[in-house]
Amino acid sequence: MRQVSTDVLVVGAGGAGMYAAISAARQGASVLLLDKSLIGRGGATIMAQMTVAAALGQEEPDDCATHLKDTLEAGRGLCNEELSALLCYDGPARVLEMEEWGTRWARAGDRIRQEIAPGHSRKRCCYVDFLNTGPAVAATLRRKVSELAGVRRLSNIAVVELIIKKGRAIGAIGLNLAEGELVTCHAKAIILAAGGLTKLYERNSASSNMGGEAYALALWAGAELIDMEFVQFFPIGHLAPRLVGMDPIMWDPFRYKLGGKLLNGSFVEFVDRYGAVDFGKYTATRDIAAYAILKEVEAGRGTPHGGAYLDFRHIPEAQLRAAFGPVIDRLLANGIDLTKTPVEVGPTAHYHMGGIRVDSHMETCIQGLYAAGEAVGGANGANRLSGNAITEAFVFGAHAGACAGKQAKTMQENGNESGDPKLMAFALDRIASMPPRGSRRGTAPVALQAELQKLMWEKAGPFRTGEKLSQALRRIREMREQELPDLEIDSQDTFNMDIQDWFELRAMLTTAEAVVTSALSRTESRGAHQREDYPTPDPLYLRNQVLRLKNGALLSSWVTPVRLTAGLPRNG
Amino acid sequence: MVEVAIDKTVLRVRRGGPGDAPRFDEFEVPFENGMSVLDALRWIRVHRDSTLAIRYSCINANACKTCMALVDGQVEYTCVAKLLPGIVTVEPLPKRRLIRDLVTDVVPDEEKALLAQKQPD
Repeated sequence: MRQVSTDVLVVGAGGAGMYAAISAARQGASVLLLDKSLIGRGGATIMAQMTVAAALGQEEPDDCATHLKDTLEAGRGLCNEELSALLCYDGPARVLEMEEWGTRWARAGDRIRQEIAPGHSRKRCCYVDFLNTGPAVAATLRRKVSELAGVRRLSNIAVVELIIKKGRAIGAIGLNLAEGELVTCHAKAIILAAGGLTKLYERNSASSNMGGEAYALALWAGAELIDMEFVQFFPIGHLAPRLVGMDPIMWDPFRYKLGGKLLNGSFVEFVDRYGAVDFGKYTATRDIAAYAILKEVEAGRGTPHGGAYLDFRHIPEAQLRAAFGPVIDRLLANGIDLTKTPVEVGPTAHYHMGGIRVDSHMETCIQGLYAAGEAVGGANGANRLSGNAITEAFVFGAHAGACAGKQAKTMQENGNESGDPKLMAFALDRIASMPPRGSRRGTAPVALQAELQKLMWEKAGPFRTGEKLSQALRRIREMREQELPDLEIDSQDTFNMDIQDWFELRAMLTTAEAVVTSALSRTESRGAHQREDYPTPDPLYLRNQVLRLKNGALLSSWVTPVRLTAGLPRNG
Repeated sequence: MVEVAIDKTVLRVRRGGPGDAPRFDEFEVPFENGMSVLDALRWIRVHRDSTLAIRYSCINANACKTCMALVDGQVEYTCVAKLLPGIVTVEPLPKRRLIRDLVTDVVPDEEKALLAQKQPD
């Protein structure tokens, strides 16, 4: 098998992974950056048409402590305050650093433009016009990564196993998707930056990369997950008419920059009836908006595609064009004229607040195993503020890269330890549990993925009950134990999508089981986790749920959220 | 103004790897106004033939720029190329090295060089 060695291995090359690679290389560490898609092209960052929250205070007075206060408030008491503080206090430096590296934040003269967004008490959300934030920051990071001699890059490599020796991460096995070969990567430190899990859901706003592999890899390695029940459903994802070439969550900036009205199927405003102040302000937080829309649908007051109308007909065309220029034409090309017809929107799986449990150095309980970006759990508690996700990708990437780089530099050569025959045999055995190639038994991995997505949407979506979650859990286990080992796999060597799908599905099932198990245990409603059978928050659950694998079974325990005790970190 | 929805469209998809004799498979796909060629290819993978090799990441946003193919002879991003009723022919990019089916080598050299090096094994 092909072998490569590096100081720091970064798994996933979205915003967090690329930032981590840059940061580790700055420590003098050699870095290998892998992505199952292309470097800086897959993942969630590049799809973000939205904003980046940082207390730059350029539009109005603002400071990191206020950003932190807003973040903690949205998190409903569950934030890991150390991580939240890191996000808020390091955000401004990262946003400015990105500008130095070439990102052209929208400016008005000498100041960076900052908008208000739901849940933020100040104008602090930066963006790149027009709806181009994600592609622009991804391009900046791709260029920066390519300039660093210390960073080697490999595309089309899906990491399928981590190699752990005596509680320490020493390597990984990757699958070269183009050629169908395995590659062993020896590393002194590994950063999991492979993003979230939104692909588990039928209605999602994600790229095809977000199958929750980072969480599954962490669990299998012996690390812990936290807050896995907190999946954020974006309230106004696009439902209809069919819209291509655009991000399905593009409507948020339209809504709060222009004041789009949410109307039910009878064209009546309704969000205020669910406890939010929205009329004329458009700042209802995401969880309340999602709840309001689905409750209207449930009451028979939804739109034809099961959502709500988003209406801009009261906005003059000149104002639409001034705010979103070329995007208006892209919408017209899709047959959507905002001055004439409202669009249909509804909740869609968008982001995961939960994730890998890390300490303040972004390290898991497995030595040398780090996480960055959306893969990390805890910074956003029970609900994330708009704009915090890209900030977290930059900040956690930079921090994880620095810590992993430093650690790797102080370590002696570990030789080819991951070549340890026993450990390798164990990892290869797990890989060999894939059904034999050329077996044509009927169900393809991608078809079972589709069934899992439907199951998760219907039974573990925005509104949950114990009964539905139990049904989901039973079916997921059945899929994992009985169907996964018996799927049909194409015999081809090159670009074998059945193999890619099978490994992805294996991770998706582990991660789905983690979400459902956690959602079952939390018998209350808080933030993004809404239980119809337990509709209110319960002070007993002002705790984080931690999951780990023991003898192949998920074990749940409860811990007190990490609070800031030593005061706030210094600014910047 | 409103087009009448037509229920089905047929995709003719070029299959095979480098050196294979040219072969087209035809798939009948449910058609909905507004859907993309990539929507149809993804539908084929789930419902008809999972062995069809295609490359894409962002699905819908035209952000990843990896889903290019020839659609009725024109180079298109399949995620934004609108599917039209009738027969649509999809082929791999002609000027890139063919990997298999619709997948060509669009990976920048420096993102694969490490594995192209010979290794003592």
